[in-house]
Amino acid sequence: MTDRLPPRARLAVVAARGVSGMARRTGRHGSVIGGRVATVLDRRVLARLAVGRTVVLVTGTNGKTTTTSMIARALGGDGEVATNHLGANMPDGITTALLDAPDRRLAVMEVDESYLGEVAAATDPAAIVLLNFSRDQLDRVGEVRTVARRVGDAVAAHPRARVVAFADDVLCAGAGLRSAAPLWVSSPSSWTGDAGVCPRCDGPVTHAGLRWTCGSCGCERPPGNWALVHDDGWSARGPDGVEVPLEIALPGHANRLNATFAIAVAAELGVAPAVAAARLRGLEQVGGRYRTVTRPGGSTRLLLAKNPAGWAQVLDLLDEGPGRPVVVAVNSREADGRDVSWLWDVPFERLAGHPVVVAGDRSAELSVRLAYAGLPHRIADDAVGATRDTLGAVDLVGNYTAFHDATRVLA
Amino acid sequence: MSARIVLLLPEVLGTYGDAGNAAVLATRLRWRGIDAAVHTVGWDDAVPEGGDVYVLGGGEDAAQLLAVDRLRDSTGLRRALDRGAPTLAVCAGLQILGRSFTVADGTRVTGLEVLDVETVPGRGARRIGDVTADPLLPGLTDPLVGFENHGGVTTLGADAAPLARVRGNGAGNGTGDRLEGAVGGSVVGTYVHGPVLARNPALADLLLTRALGALPPLEVPEGLPSSTARRLGARFPGAFTAADRRRAGA
Ligand SMILES: [Zn+2]
Repeated sequence: MTDRLPPRARLAVVAARGVSGMARRTGRHGSVIGGRVATVLDRRVLARLAVGRTVVLVTGTNGKTTTTSMIARALGGDGEVATNHLGANMPDGITTALLDAPDRRLAVMEVDESYLGEVAAATDPAAIVLLNFSRDQLDRVGEVRTVARRVGDAVAAHPRARVVAFADDVLCAGAGLRSAAPLWVSSPSSWTGDAGVCPRCDGPVTHAGLRWTCGSCGCERPPGNWALVHDDGWSARGPDGVEVPLEIALPGHANRLNATFAIAVAAELGVAPAVAAARLRGLEQVGGRYRTVTRPGGSTRLLLAKNPAGWAQVLDLLDEGPGRPVVVAVNSREADGRDVSWLWDVPFERLAGHPVVVAGDRSAELSVRLAYAGLPHRIADDAVGATRDTLGAVDLVGNYTAFHDATRVLA
Repeated sequence: MSARIVLLLPEVLGTYGDAGNAAVLATRLRWRGIDAAVHTVGWDDAVPEGGDVYVLGGGEDAAQLLAVDRLRDSTGLRRALDRGAPTLAVCAGLQILGRSFTVADGTRVTGLEVLDVETVPGRGARRIGDVTADPLLPGLTDPLVGFENHGGVTTLGADAAPLARVRGNGAGNGTGDRLEGAVGGSVVGTYVHGPVLARNPALADLLLTRALGALPPLEVPEGLPSSTARRLGARFPGAFTAADRRRAGA
């Protein structure tokens, strides 16, 4: 599609490709630098690169990278789809991903919540996927209601985009309701921690089982068009009696829900649900998440949990298996957020029965949190080292930089 | 009878992990052999008047407005405050218990008028970061540590005393005089998150002592790193671990 670009944009693209390739060969910031250079040379390059493509944007607090990967796969995978599978989810990263895949008519991009408006304005998306909104890095990203409101503004500004949103999450539903005809996905969800205030009228929201209702304006949980259901096994149930079994390799409830999203989005774009479900079967890890690394005497599974809602998902996943040892690593660097008070919104009590080791820059505070949760544990200097000291299968759960440090060491 | 720690409206006043303050209070009583439970007051629940310590956390503007309206009509909370029940109020909780606060859109809201403080929005950027403060409240000696994240400016009236004085570039109440928090009657208000009682066990024990009188020694459970056991309270007179007790031959 490069050939249709105006000269200035073509120059930007060619220059950016050169820099991008060079950066990759030297191992430096290959996932964003090309886009940054192109944007400096041509401010409208993202819009130009998106012209003529069917663009799907995926945003939310948790599960963006995994769901983006699933949707890309359900739509036909690498040969067909441009995607930012390294998780570079700000405009430069998205520009780079489009630069790298000039001939693919489909583009599935995860977008940082704060940039949805900007990216949607440039790419005129065919679909916007809203996964969930919960507290994450309050000190850096800001308050979650403000984030969700801005996402809602972006939804309202793109009436032609099909919005696929999570009905069980109050803030997510609030943003989805800004669309005239959203497609709702639902499933039992265990996190309601940011759900006390109505996104529409600021009234009090109360929960009864899976339902939520605003006491002031009557706004309530929309009925799901697609639902994650459990009969004999797990399946995704869609409109018109469609039901496809989920046979995914990624563990846990959150991933079954992510897969339901992927099937729903693929169906909207004309892929039969059974075909989409079959394409998801082979997915075993996403950017190192859920990857199992074998080592002498055992194996280590790598899990990412960077906020309370993410931890709720990981705890669900750990509940499904035996009580294996868990190494928990928490940092508070720039990319993690400096404030670690969110540790108190994680029900670590649920780790009872697992031998626990804590590590990371904030291991001392994590240790205090676990002490109040009644969990015996020890502190290790190094998370990966702690897994090596343990026989058998171990789960290593890290927040953002702790997880990436571990994946790098185990690469 | 079990001691009752009353946690008020965590669905709306629980943005910064402050619900952890209630868990810390109850657990520190249990570690002393005193039966204790957290009584969580949800949106539709009545506030009990017979609680031992009351805890309010932080929240965003819309949540704070809901909370003040909900608590204004609560006779249970009013009676508890009238009889002097120890109360910890963090951030939005502190503002709600004051005479008034003004939200970002300029609306001035009457508070519960328990603390002699008034809050208006700050003019600069929010102050966000770690904070250390020297305590001014009698009974506290260790520096108060935690995390600040707020933009309000809270001025103390004649009937309120500051909790602490911040060091370095901390903002405290945002008034430029380094004062942090507000104490009046049985209420201790602070802008320190963390949660504050997890980071500052001496403040937790001060609230518990006010509620229940002198406390038995704290016995930290086994299976914890010794550095953590020390953080949890070994600096207090009479605090020791089960291992210490065995070594002493008790
Ligand atoms: Zn409402």
